[in-house]
Amino acid sequence: MQNYIEISGVEQTFKTRKGPFCALQNVNLTVAKGEFVALIGHSGCGKSTLLNLIAGLTLPTQGHLLCANREIAGPGPERAVVFQNHSLLPWLTCFENVYLGVERVFGAANKTTGAPSESKTQLKARTDAALALVGLTPAAQKRPGEISGGMKQRVGIARALAMEPKVLLMDEPFGALDALTRAKLQDELLEIVARTHSTVVMVTHDVDEAVLLSDKIVMMTNGPSATIGEVLSVELPRPRNRVALADSAQYLHYRKAVIDFLYTRQAHVEKAA
Amino acid sequence: MVSAVFHSPLSPAAESAAIKTEASYAESTGATSQNDLKNKTIQPVLVRPTASAGKPPFDWRGLWLAVLPPVFGLGLLIGVWALVSISTASSIPSPTETFKQAIVIFSDPFYSKGPNDQGVGWNILASLERVAVGFGLAAAVGIPVGFMVGRFEFLSRMFNPLISLLRPVSPLAWLPIGLLVFKGANPAAIWTIFICSIWPMIINTAVGVQRVPQDYMNVARVLNLSEWKIVTKILFPSVLPYMLTGVRLAVGTAWLVIVAAEMLTGGVGIGFWVWDEWNNLNVKNIIIAIFVIGIVGLILEYALIKIATAFTFEEVKT
Repeated sequence: MQNYIEISGVEQTFKTRKGPFCALQNVNLTVAKGEFVALIGHSGCGKSTLLNLIAGLTLPTQGHLLCANREIAGPGPERAVVFQNHSLLPWLTCFENVYLGVERVFGAANKTTGAPSESKTQLKARTDAALALVGLTPAAQKRPGEISGGMKQRVGIARALAMEPKVLLMDEPFGALDALTRAKLQDELLEIVARTHSTVVMVTHDVDEAVLLSDKIVMMTNGPSATIGEVLSVELPRPRNRVALADSAQYLHYRKAVIDFLYTRQAHVEKAA
Repeated sequence: MVSAVFHSPLSPAAESAAIKTEASYAESTGATSQNDLKNKTIQPVLVRPTASAGKPPFDWRGLWLAVLPPVFGLGLLIGVWALVSISTASSIPSPTETFKQAIVIFSDPFYSKGPNDQGVGWNILASLERVAVGFGLAAAVGIPVGFMVGRFEFLSRMFNPLISLLRPVSPLAWLPIGLLVFKGANPAAIWTIFICSIWPMIINTAVGVQRVPQDYMNVARVLNLSEWKIVTKILFPSVLPYMLTGVRLAVGTAWLVIVAAEMLTGGVGIGFWVWDEWNNLNVKNIIIAIFVIGIVGLILEYALIKIATAFTFEEVKT
């Protein structure tokens, strides 16, 4: 598999009132096309910082980030982000929220791929398809304030998927949800990713989520000056079933490995903070 | 037939939808008979009538709390007024006399006997017109300025001292400047309205722009929205509630100021009317004018609150 995202020697320093704060240091990581990568670590370890760097929302103080062999110089629709708190625009309906991105990506002629601009009907069809993908067709005309938290998060995922991104970046997408809804959305995500062969980078603090979903778990050391502590390849066969995996020895082995890293070797998070 | 009997007023749409899905289900399985279908559709409907059976008991307590306190409040006001009237030997007219006079005045609000003797309706309309023009100009200038002050750090630092300096100045202090520059009573009054209602709009719009959640701006960046889309789909809607608060404060101040300004400038207007009736020593009309000013202000405020809630969404409400 080819390397799709390449992160080399990345360092991120923030200016604060107490002087510079080094959030990330010497981060090197490659993500292959179609790979599902989970970033895991204690809070404040720079997971989200790293994701923002890949998204292009912030630029690194040192080092390089490449996506498809091109330098990441800013955010763009080819690297869609699913935000932690869904970030839907409350004055637009679910349909309009998704349409906003679709219109931007497909409504104008694409210079790099040479694709012509699409008609309104095609754009609407794309939006409807994305909402159908996450099972929200009945709620399309509702505003975010009128639907549940899980549904909002699904609209956020639909908005990201509808843009047909090369990379899907997810920042603790299910963090704010209850356990049952989270499990349901994880299953849906597994299904969607299997269907669309998306490349995904996901920030999480949930060990089970990381093992269940990903091909590769990137475990980060505690901040400040956090870096990648260990990368674990998860070679569980797909499609994965959470019930079947619950007593699979392999699954438990991976789970143990992550827990061991987080709570034995990187346990001093409280002292450091 | 049975389903018709149990129709609750809430559910016809839901039930027909239920029938449709049941029907499609029946078609797809091909096993369900027409009778089965009916039984099935009745099932969920049966529960509803019991839930809404009989009207809920009338909420007397709610009505009590909604009606009685305001009535007592009004009664207190009129009681104190009547006492004052008696203790001053009717130099302040009593509520009944004033009420009789009000009927006379409002029976013909739109008469016109020369520039200094016009019906109360004309006076109110003249004041409202001044407020509308002055306020409209202030909105046309203040809202864009507020947007720019909010968007650009440099402008914010540039204008903040000016705003802090000029905002506390009593609006009437601006009236002589207006008279000097515009050489007329009416434009001077409009100028005063303009200058006093522009500050709340600038300040609130600027605060609104500064408080646009970073998340929304991140969405805009990830979707790579055009500047026009950012303004129309993100900035404007999220600033709107703040802007409308500014507008509401501005209208409130404008209505306060117009009465004072008109007392000084004269012409036609509710403020001038008050002053004119004072010169005629017609205290009943002054009291009526006070009520009229209060009620018009109340209506303006209420209308703007209604507009504001219509444009306020989830995130801003809480």
